[in-house]
Amino acid sequence: MKGVPLWVARIILVLVALLGIGVAIYRYRHGLGAATNLGDNWPWGLWIAFDLLCGVALAAGGFTIAATVYILGREKYRPVARAAILTAFLGYVLVIVALLVDLGQPHRIIHMIWMWNPHSVLFEVGWCVLLYTTVLALEFAPVVLEKWKMDRLVAILRTIQIPLVIAGIGLSTLHQSSLGSLFLAAGHRLHPLWFSPILPVHFFLSAVSVGLAMVIFESTLSSKIFGRSIEKEALEGLARALPWALGIYLLAKLIDLVGAGELNLAFQGTTQANMFLVEILGGVILPILLLAAPSVRRSTGLRFLAALLVVGGLIVNRFNVALVGMTDPAGTTYFPRWTEFAITAGIIAIGLLVFGFAVRHFKVFPEEHDAGGGAKSAAAA
Amino acid sequence: MATTKMGVLVDLGRCIGCRGCQVACKNWNQLSAEKTTFFAGPAYQNPKDLSDRTFTYIQYFELPGNADKPVELRMVKRQCLHCIEPACANACIVGALQKTEGGPVVYDEDKCMGCRYCMLACPFSVPTYEWSRTLPLIRKCTFCVDRQEAGLKPSCVTTCPTGALHYGPRDELVKEAHRRIEASGGKYVNHVYGEHEMGGTSWMYISPVAFAALGFRTDLGTEPATKYTGPAMAAVPGVFAGVVVAMGGLWWWTKRRAEVASAADRKRGEGEKKGGKP
Repeated sequence: MKGVPLWVARIILVLVALLGIGVAIYRYRHGLGAATNLGDNWPWGLWIAFDLLCGVALAAGGFTIAATVYILGREKYRPVARAAILTAFLGYVLVIVALLVDLGQPHRIIHMIWMWNPHSVLFEVGWCVLLYTTVLALEFAPVVLEKWKMDRLVAILRTIQIPLVIAGIGLSTLHQSSLGSLFLAAGHRLHPLWFSPILPVHFFLSAVSVGLAMVIFESTLSSKIFGRSIEKEALEGLARALPWALGIYLLAKLIDLVGAGELNLAFQGTTQANMFLVEILGGVILPILLLAAPSVRRSTGLRFLAALLVVGGLIVNRFNVALVGMTDPAGTTYFPRWTEFAITAGIIAIGLLVFGFAVRHFKVFPEEHDAGGGAKSAAAA
Repeated sequence: MATTKMGVLVDLGRCIGCRGCQVACKNWNQLSAEKTTFFAGPAYQNPKDLSDRTFTYIQYFELPGNADKPVELRMVKRQCLHCIEPACANACIVGALQKTEGGPVVYDEDKCMGCRYCMLACPFSVPTYEWSRTLPLIRKCTFCVDRQEAGLKPSCVTTCPTGALHYGPRDELVKEAHRRIEASGGKYVNHVYGEHEMGGTSWMYISPVAFAALGFRTDLGTEPATKYTGPAMAAVPGVFAGVVVAMGGLWWWTKRRAEVASAADRKRGEGEKKGGKP
């Protein structure tokens, strides 16, 4: 990041976003067959693996931090709460945008509101995404409204803040896990290293870990980019909690695999086995070991690296579940077309641009001169 | 009549591979032609696969035979099996796919949002998609539900010249299948494919050759597709209520503790004031 001026980064992001929009127009004009490598044997591809599964999991910082600050009253994490909620909100909006690209009949996405199939896991996912996006919008709304001095609306939102936060935690618990439940219907295709009756539990636990890691990741990165001082105390605390969250996830995963007698599958040297090892060793065990050391937790760079490993591990995990661990009974394989990557990259670029815009125009991070001013006046007194 | 659960018994010992069913299906469902190429894999076939314009096709398996007949040729008709508890209908977010009383798994194209979860969920890889259209829909065998409602047999069954396709009430077909296996005096494999697979299917097969050699999935088990998703969905209301109650309780406890702590601080402060400044 150092050395690259902000305006250069912004221009690159705008170009990536424009390319994505261009490819999306092509996709709408010519259909999914022309614009993707998807087919009857591979109905779900990159957009589900990354944009939906990773997008929702990486937005988990929103509910984990909201729970920590508003429910457990850990005030030292308050400085990162707004950014976490904004990231989550943008994440969910972008998930919906990606779904509008992926759906064959995007204008019918609203069908889910009145055409119900309560047996469908996707029905639950859909409703949770809809409701939780609304909750996140309401949680973040005060930040926007206070800028325009709409104090009465802010006051109303403040009074329902706790119920909103609690509803958000409930909804997040449900659909972080139910994204795993989606693949309970694919037991005939999914490799046993990932398929498990408690797949929803694994999805939930890994989402909690990555939620904490994402807050470290984005706070560190944005402090560098926007030249803020880092929320040192909060991030150290998160770095202390993270190995525990990862440990619980690892334990659940190991007990599950050993119980099913399938752990040996991890050492067969196949692509799937190796990808499983990458995910568990690199994305879970290594960060646990790193973060166990106080010196790592205190070092901004190493702590960032550990968080990056957790985020990377989760992305590998979701790709493994949705694509690598999947087999087509007919034996065909799938690799995304460049157009699929272009749309995904475009969506990420738009998300980063909007995040940057929000940070510049709203009080997403605590204002530093406030604290400085406070200290000065205290010294004067 | 409407509530009799109908099915089809496919007797692979009687199929001669004429592909009349393939043509009849295209005709009745007005499926347009598509450019196909000959495909040789574990079997040979043309077209290669089910598609938005092919609801059924025949696969030709060349299997090792005996001294008199060095190659044994076996043909298998593929189409939707119309599960009794269909994975696709269970998965469908808007309920566009439904199992009807009479047997067919039907599709309401006005509901579908095109998410393709049914395609992922189907253990038999049946639902296909209109990949070349800008607003694609799911396509698959309808079990000629329109013909059945008019009292006719499915189009493929009507065409079949050898009686390899036998249409009737499913429970009678199961009995007939076992009767034919018994009557074959060991020539047929003692297994009715679809009687129990994935909780049972409306279309069933009997065969003189092991099903695994004919490309049938023999690893699916007898539990319906809801085996895993059912419990996960049933847990949803309880999990939500539990999380909300637990979080509400934690919030109250945190708040109460803070209040008690600040009250204690205040008391201590007052005490110090009294003691410190006489």
